[in-house]
Amino acid sequence: MTDLDSLYQDVILDHNKSPHNFRKLGDANRRADGYNPLCGDHYTVYLRVRDGIIEEASFEGSGCAISKASASVMSSLLKGKSEDEANGLIDLFQNLVTGRIDPMEDADRLGKLAAFGGVSEYPARVKCASLAWHTLRAAIENRNDVVSTEE
Amino acid sequence: MKTTIGNVASVVAEQEYDVRRIRADFPILNRSVNGRPLVYLDNAATTQKPNCVIDALSRYYREDNSNIHRGVHYLSQRATDQYESVREKIRAFINAGTEQEIVFVRGATEGINLVAHSYVRRRIGEGDEIVISEMEHHSNIVPWQLVCEQTGANLRVVPINDAGEIDIDAYERMLTPRVKFVSIVYVSNSLGTINPIRRMIRSAHAAGIPVLIDGAQAVSHMDVDVRDLDCDFFVFSGHKMFGPTGIGILYGKAGHLESMPPYQGGGDMIKSVTFEKTIYNDLPYKFEAGTPNIAGVVALGAAVDYIASVGLKEIGEHERDLLSYATESVRTIDGLRIIGTAREKSAVVSFMLENVHPHDIGTIIDSFGVAIRTGHHCTQPVMKRFGIPATARASFALYNTREEIDILTDGIRNVLKVFS
Repeated sequence: MTDLDSLYQDVILDHNKSPHNFRKLGDANRRADGYNPLCGDHYTVYLRVRDGIIEEASFEGSGCAISKASASVMSSLLKGKSEDEANGLIDLFQNLVTGRIDPMEDADRLGKLAAFGGVSEYPARVKCASLAWHTLRAAIENRNDVVSTEE
Repeated sequence: MKTTIGNVASVVAEQEYDVRRIRADFPILNRSVNGRPLVYLDNAATTQKPNCVIDALSRYYREDNSNIHRGVHYLSQRATDQYESVREKIRAFINAGTEQEIVFVRGATEGINLVAHSYVRRRIGEGDEIVISEMEHHSNIVPWQLVCEQTGANLRVVPINDAGEIDIDAYERMLTPRVKFVSIVYVSNSLGTINPIRRMIRSAHAAGIPVLIDGAQAVSHMDVDVRDLDCDFFVFSGHKMFGPTGIGILYGKAGHLESMPPYQGGGDMIKSVTFEKTIYNDLPYKFEAGTPNIAGVVALGAAVDYIASVGLKEIGEHERDLLSYATESVRTIDGLRIIGTAREKSAVVSFMLENVHPHDIGTIIDSFGVAIRTGHHCTQPVMKRFGIPATARASFALYNTREEIDILTDGIRNVLKVFS
């Protein structure tokens, strides 16, 4: 697999083409906006949280394939997770895309996230992959300000 | 020295444009990227450097390094002579009247900030206006916003049409007595548009308004004659004309520069200093506080010689050919839309692909060794005008070839394949 194939894996291309949970969540009680001013990527993450459990998650917005697929995979993993578990996923993802963990060694723990294992080879694209996850963190904390990749 | 350059230029001009020989002057063009030969199409961001520029930099440090002005020793005199001879070279390059009108700065950005600070801010007040265009680089927006914040003046923006051309009628209607300054880009870095600056300068002058021209994207592609243009200020950067980074030029009419207070204080910009009173140095030294980028200036001189040896007329013809070939080639790609279709255009092709974000385009064609820029190109208002987040931009220079454009086009087709 070339570097490029490892970045644009089928999972990423599929999620980009047909993103999951790509809608506004009418009864959301948490939301946050994320923005990358360098490329104009912009996403809103919606959560419905009850008793510390994420019952529903969705997102809206636009951006590159890496950012959209990342948001889509993220949203599909959140249902039924506790806030602590979600925060754990955020840390796991961040460690993956910054090359601090090996996607092969940690394949079990990573599951679907392993598709983003190639991102760490492309430092310019790490922010694309991370945007939705930063936004998720803000939504969990219920911060209403816009999260920017340039802070 | 100058005679030699003239002879070389005329010999080259008589021959066919030999792009292979030009490419041989740029060592970086021999390297490979991601296992492919480098195809460098990011020239609007910065150009590559020929051997003569790289050698001038290293020769200066190996043989002549010393601080300029006031030194009585041999090396200081040599360094001073080289530094000042480049000032004359630059004067001739843009046909300024005197060397005193050539100020060495860090780049076009610093040139604009200098004029904003020392010229415009002192002449403008609440309710006055500064006119710029919708296609300006952030470096020709933000300094004026700062002036407006500090003075209560207002920034007026000339709109552009769907082709990315300036609305000249709107511009001329804007030139009311409230307008105290006009600052306009010669060639747009994100659209390639060449603005009708001769007419724009004339209209502004008819209303008594001075004009700054941002020539950063112009000087390595077309002949610039500041006296013929009659602009009041003209700025450009060395690194976009095959010179080093960190060195640029501010040209200002002597009368304007005389009237302006220094931008920065320090050594070299004074005649005498006492705690009671300091007397500033003459032009242009008044604006060159501190030890300047001497090596950068020396190497910029080599870049000017290099451009002269190839010939701006020949460069212009070659780049026009590249622009039309690139435009025709990419137009055959399904779902590709060119942003910036002005009738007068430099060799810049900004484009979008349906359903593919520019950053994905940039990453994928980088794997083919092709360097293009993706993003807002420091012109966010242009992106807003066209309702897009970013573009992919290929920008050409004297060493690019039709074969490289074929590699670019193949790369774009591969992007479509990845996303099919």
